[in-house]
Amino acid sequence: MALRAQDKNPFAGDAKAAKLGESQFRANCAFCHGLGARGGGRGPDLSRAQKRHGNSDAELFRTINEGVPGTAMPPNGATQQGVGMTEEEIWQVISYIRSVQAKAPAQAVGNVAHGKELFYGSAACSTCHMIQGKGGRLGPDLSTTGSARSTDYLVESVRNPSRRLAQGISEAMKEFSQEYETVTVVTAEGTKFMGVVLNEDHFTLQMMDTREHLHLFEKDKLRSLEKSRESLMPAYDQKTLSDKDLQDVLAYLLAVGAQ
Amino acid sequence: MKRETMNGAIEERFRASLGMTHLLVSALVFLALVSGAEPSLHAQVTPQRLVDSAKEPQNWLMYSGDYAGRRFSALEQINTSNAARLVPKWAYQTMAGGKFETTPLVVDGILYGTGQDNRAFALDARSGRPIWQYQRALPADIRPCCGRVNRGLAILGDKVFLGTLDAHVIALDAKTGSVVWDVTTVDYSKGYSITLAPLAIKNLVIIGVSGGEYGIRGFIDAYDAATGERKWRFYTVPGPGEPGHETWEGDSWKIGGAPAWITGTYDPATNTTFWTTGNPSPSNRGEGRAGDNLYSNSLLALDPETGKLKWYFQFSKHDDHDYDATQVPVMVDQGDRRLILQANRNGFFYLIDRTNGKLVFANPFAKVTWSDSKDANGVPVARKDASPTLEGNRVCPGAAGATNWMSPTYDPQTQLFYVTAREQCDIFSTAPQAYEAGHAYYGSAYFPNDDAAPFTGALRAIDPNTGKMKWEWKHPSPTWAGALSTAGGLVFTGDAEGNFIALEAASGKALWHFQCGASVYSSPMSFAIDGKQYVAVAAGSALLTFGLP
Repeated sequence: MALRAQDKNPFAGDAKAAKLGESQFRANCAFCHGLGARGGGRGPDLSRAQKRHGNSDAELFRTINEGVPGTAMPPNGATQQGVGMTEEEIWQVISYIRSVQAKAPAQAVGNVAHGKELFYGSAACSTCHMIQGKGGRLGPDLSTTGSARSTDYLVESVRNPSRRLAQGISEAMKEFSQEYETVTVVTAEGTKFMGVVLNEDHFTLQMMDTREHLHLFEKDKLRSLEKSRESLMPAYDQKTLSDKDLQDVLAYLLAVGAQ
Repeated sequence: MKRETMNGAIEERFRASLGMTHLLVSALVFLALVSGAEPSLHAQVTPQRLVDSAKEPQNWLMYSGDYAGRRFSALEQINTSNAARLVPKWAYQTMAGGKFETTPLVVDGILYGTGQDNRAFALDARSGRPIWQYQRALPADIRPCCGRVNRGLAILGDKVFLGTLDAHVIALDAKTGSVVWDVTTVDYSKGYSITLAPLAIKNLVIIGVSGGEYGIRGFIDAYDAATGERKWRFYTVPGPGEPGHETWEGDSWKIGGAPAWITGTYDPATNTTFWTTGNPSPSNRGEGRAGDNLYSNSLLALDPETGKLKWYFQFSKHDDHDYDATQVPVMVDQGDRRLILQANRNGFFYLIDRTNGKLVFANPFAKVTWSDSKDANGVPVARKDASPTLEGNRVCPGAAGATNWMSPTYDPQTQLFYVTAREQCDIFSTAPQAYEAGHAYYGSAYFPNDDAAPFTGALRAIDPNTGKMKWEWKHPSPTWAGALSTAGGLVFTGDAEGNFIALEAASGKALWHFQCGASVYSSPMSFAIDGKQYVAVAAGSALLTFGLP
């Protein structure tokens, strides 16, 4: 079947194909995107109506088949690395995704403008996070987060940032991405730096301190090195950021992500 | 070396096309002999040379270095006192993407390796310069489960042997890379592929297949090295009327998996070859294949001349966690005991009597939750509630295993067994699917569990007498690199962060490391030329060699 050439899913609306696609999805995609396609540690929420890398059948097919350069999304076609799905199986997966995705683009329930004010103002998100080139560097750039992550994930990331640390650099052949772990080092001269791990291996550490300075260390030359999975980001409780204000911030993230 | 190569080439060309006078041939042979201090470059590897591989430690004649599968080099020029001074000597780039898993062979100054997408190459082992390069034109619809990989060649006579992703076995002329013969083992479109390095025994080339993720029926084949004629086939899933067939429900045996995708070992003393097998299909769903599912996840003792089964030992019965037993079965002798050591993907280290397949003991070498009891023979038994569920069931080790295909090594000097361990638990969730020929057939999903701590890895030194760990070298994240031990008191391994590392074999202390620039997905080896020892490892698209300055 020469399915790839077409722009439309030949199984569109086919419930049986969607069911087969669910099995394929669980076997091939759930590892990153979660069992229900609601997003996982590194894979975006696919139940969103809008997909960052294109939402048409043809674009979804391309994304699955060829992967997304510069991201952790690998090519999944049969002629690529990995187990590989046939064209038919990829269309089935698309049928499944269509069956679980929201009917309409997520609507911001909060106030976008106020969310932006909070982001750059009293909530101080921009101290560490950047959106479209403006903001801090210590935490992940949030320009596309709103289009990729489920609301649940975003809420959890604000209320309990240490629960699941955000993922940083993903190297081509390395299975696991670096996470935003907290690190405190004391150099041989006795200078102390605290910050986030940008990358590390057994012998070296690449970090950014809280003043956004990069430090590159050979571990055996340090007086001490302590890593922690307690995020440098404070947990925003109700007192710091009310549910309503949080909704506004999420609305802003969503609006930015949709651009 | 150059002069002799030319002499050899001239001699052959004259012989082939001109019909040489006896006198001239003699003169040329004499010329070749006077340069005899240099290695012979005729690549004539007799079966006896393979048996006696210990007599030529400068060469690496098979995937695991010797028939015992020890991945031990008797070379000691690079040792604990000078390893810190190791430097890169040369690199060879395949320029291919994906995992580069090869262990090259070295025979008399020539290095033979394989690359992604069924590349093969012969290099001047002194300089890394290619002598010939081969790449198979693969069909577009091959189904390698886990990358377009290959782990290496076998050599016998004047040929090297390659298993292909479209399930062929190919003999290449060791001097030119020309195809001498090419046989189809089975129809690849059903999900079969070959990724392992074949094993040459006597006049035979023994090979197994991959495809446990596609509902194949696994087998091990032997081919006549001279002609490519198939001499025997051992189905790792017994057919009707054969012993073990009753361990499969209904027709499930037809798609029962049990691929044999890692190179076996060979005991010339008893003329027995040992092969290991992978998961039953579907890999993570036991429903529909009630029974032990022989000979999945097993160690098989076969007669290399007939393919007849002498005995078997099954590590994980009726497996639904993808615990392939495809780890090199390492032969070790301790006093009167003739043993096989295997650190299994299921997290247990097994000591097995290789004369009869009886278990001596099994001890965990990594975190294990799938089993909490043993049967009367000491064989670990699966917990009833360890199976995948629809909602997901957290089990250790995860689907990639406590170890995998990356080679372990046994060092006869320290008498320790070194294995790459992965500490990763997964959530196993069923994903029922119907069998369809050539389609992925897992019956489940798995994904990393929600543990707060990240997954880690380690190279562990295990005392085979007790199964206890003597030391470990911790990796920041799990790795797919194997290990090499050497008479220089060293163990070499790699990590996912791209380091190639030399450790002191006795203590695990790091003596040297080199950043290769990509995760190491291969097992290192060592060779010597001109009296200089090299250590080689594949990483990224480069085969790298190291030596003393």
